Amino acid sequence: MLLVLIEHDRGTMSAASGESLTFGRTVAAAHGLVLHALTIGAAADGLAASLAAHGVSTVHQAHHDMLSDYGPEAWGETLAQAVRTLSPTVVLATGTDRGNEVLAQAAARLDVPFMANALEVLGVNGSWELMRVRWGGSLLEKSSLTAGTKLITVAHHAVNESPADVPGAATATPFNVELEASLARSIVSGRVERAAGVTLATAPVVVSGGRGVGSPEAFAPLEELAGLLGGVVGCSRAVTNNGWRPHTDQVGQTGTRIAPEIYIACGISGAIQHWVGAMASKKILAINTDKEANMVVKADYAVLGDLHKIVPAITAEIQRRRG
Amino acid sequence: MRVLVCIKRVPAPGARIAITADAQAVDTAFLGFTMSPHEECAVEEAVQLIEKHGGESTVLTLGPAEADEQLRYAASLGVNKAVLLPIDGPDWDPQRTAKSIADAITSIENAEGPFDIILFGNESADSGGFQVGVRVAYALGRPMVNGIKGIEVGDGSLLARRESDAGLDVYTLPMPVVLGVKEGLNLPRYPTMKGRLNSKKVQVDQHTPSAQPGGQQMVALQQTAEQASKTVILGTGPEAAGAVVDMLQELGVL
Ligand SMILES: Cc1cc2nc3c(=O)[nH]c(=O)nc-3n(C[C@H](O)[C@H](O)[C@H](O)COP(=O)(O)OP(=O)(O)OC[C@H]3O[C@@H](n4cnc5c(N)ncnc54)[C@H](O)[C@@H]3O)c2cc1C
Ligand SMILES: Nc1ncnc2c1ncn2[C@@H]1O[C@H](COP(=O)(O)O)[C@@H](O)[C@H]1O
Repeated sequence: MLLVLIEHDRGTMSAASGESLTFGRTVAAAHGLVLHALTIGAAADGLAASLAAHGVSTVHQAHHDMLSDYGPEAWGETLAQAVRTLSPTVVLATGTDRGNEVLAQAAARLDVPFMANALEVLGVNGSWELMRVRWGGSLLEKSSLTAGTKLITVAHHAVNESPADVPGAATATPFNVELEASLARSIVSGRVERAAGVTLATAPVVVSGGRGVGSPEAFAPLEELAGLLGGVVGCSRAVTNNGWRPHTDQVGQTGTRIAPEIYIACGISGAIQHWVGAMASKKILAINTDKEANMVVKADYAVLGDLHKIVPAITAEIQRRRG
Repeated sequence: MRVLVCIKRVPAPGARIAITADAQAVDTAFLGFTMSPHEECAVEEAVQLIEKHGGESTVLTLGPAEADEQLRYAASLGVNKAVLLPIDGPDWDPQRTAKSIADAITSIENAEGPFDIILFGNESADSGGFQVGVRVAYALGRPMVNGIKGIEVGDGSLLARRESDAGLDVYTLPMPVVLGVKEGLNLPRYPTMKGRLNSKKVQVDQHTPSAQPGGQQMVALQQTAEQASKTVILGTGPEAAGAVVDMLQELGVL
């Protein structure tokens, strides 16, 4: 059995779950495993229909009073109990904050290995050999996993979700969990909902500035250009480290991964930890004084020269054409 | 208050990551070393917590003797004590690392008293296993939440904030507690001259780790596929603005 842990928030399935379902279906077919899913909390019982479309044959629905909201320890313990009862060959989730956290919690409880952010199963020969990402995606690692049940997450955004050719029955089976009352300690105790609007992660245009911008005030022309294009401003870590912009603007390995139609990188050298957060952009325009800068070399387009002159000129040209 | 922070020494690559001929490691011949930005924030938070609440902070790493450099960097920012779990050769796998760290924490706590807060990075910069902190917390029987970007200490409990798809989730956790933190939690300071001098005097305690290997093993490193791209130079200086706007128009983002 290959068991996919379904990530959901108070009953709403996360888009990321589609990735592990799609990946899991391929792996299950290649290795002769049946595809099952685990949903945690009664609020997720209604997800069975979507899971059928992904080819899931059985949905184990974990129920307990303490599972009405997310808690890493309660969810990890639930998954550990499911592994003990069902003995799956593989447990799979998507490598999101929650996916990685719950699998790590379960692995700790079961004292088994856990492989985060896999891309591909390379071979199965007693141990499983997989390709996984290191350095937030800048480097690959072939890695072997030796355990009765293999706990794996598939790297987020590495797989495109697609439905199964033949839907599964998604037969619902209740799964009763026993949780110690103490595990309530790490259940979400409150929430501040996010205000609607364009975010760095979803913006169609991102205009970013790096150390070359020079000061917090000098971001004003970048703000203006981003505003004209319906986009947002981003930045490099050199900028957040200097306290010029908040960390929520940072693009990269330890910042936000972006995927805009166009990324305009001004005064950013293109260190690999920055690049890995920007490389999913459809097109990249680098504005830099240094024609050898990694950002310039890797970009689709570049303008060479001083960003303080070039950015306002682009803004003026857009305004001129719009009349 | 007693705070512990766990960090990992990693190379600091620039434009690309070179690997050795046997594909077993990053080629560090021309590289400096650092720790993950998440861990830099964990160190800063430890220092701020002690500044605010009084007490003592300790930094711990499992790594080669050279990791002394990262321990002393943390000390130069104001961490009071340093602990090295020395290993030779390649990185230890996450299970083995976590077991060793949990054992060391238990022995430190038996001698010096419990830590109220233990801080980890959300994930290590290089291997990114997303698990060492979680495993240590479970071994110690303490609550653990990863991905934390805000900490407020109350009376015996602690408020921790983390971003989720829906917004900002809040966790109210009893202490002692273990947290994995993300960059953005705070703005790390730079070392002062005085801090640098003090850090030279800090004694680094050693605890020899003895845990057995776990079930995940690195086989080989490999480069990601480079997309061969030919950069189109649209021009030099402000005169290129026309060509840029033509391009934006073609992409349909105007
Ligand atoms: C584990 C780890 C994680 C990291 N995570 C991230 C991350 O998430 N995001 C991130 O950004 N970095 C990250 N970094 C840091 C990264 O390695 C670089 O240090 C950082 O990206 C450099 O920022 P920069 O390009 O703005 O600065 P620099 O590298 O200093 O580059 C400045 C650029 O500006 C150009 N320039 C200067 N003046 C002008 C001008 N007037 N006009 C035009 N161009 C000009 C220069 O030619 C140069 O190319 C991480 C590092 C580590 C070790
Ligand atoms: N060798 C190590 N020594 C000390 N702490 C470590 C070590 N490896 C990992 N950690 C800590 O555990 C966190 C998660 O690591 P990982 O599970 O490798 O992603 C890191 O951010 C560090 O805080």
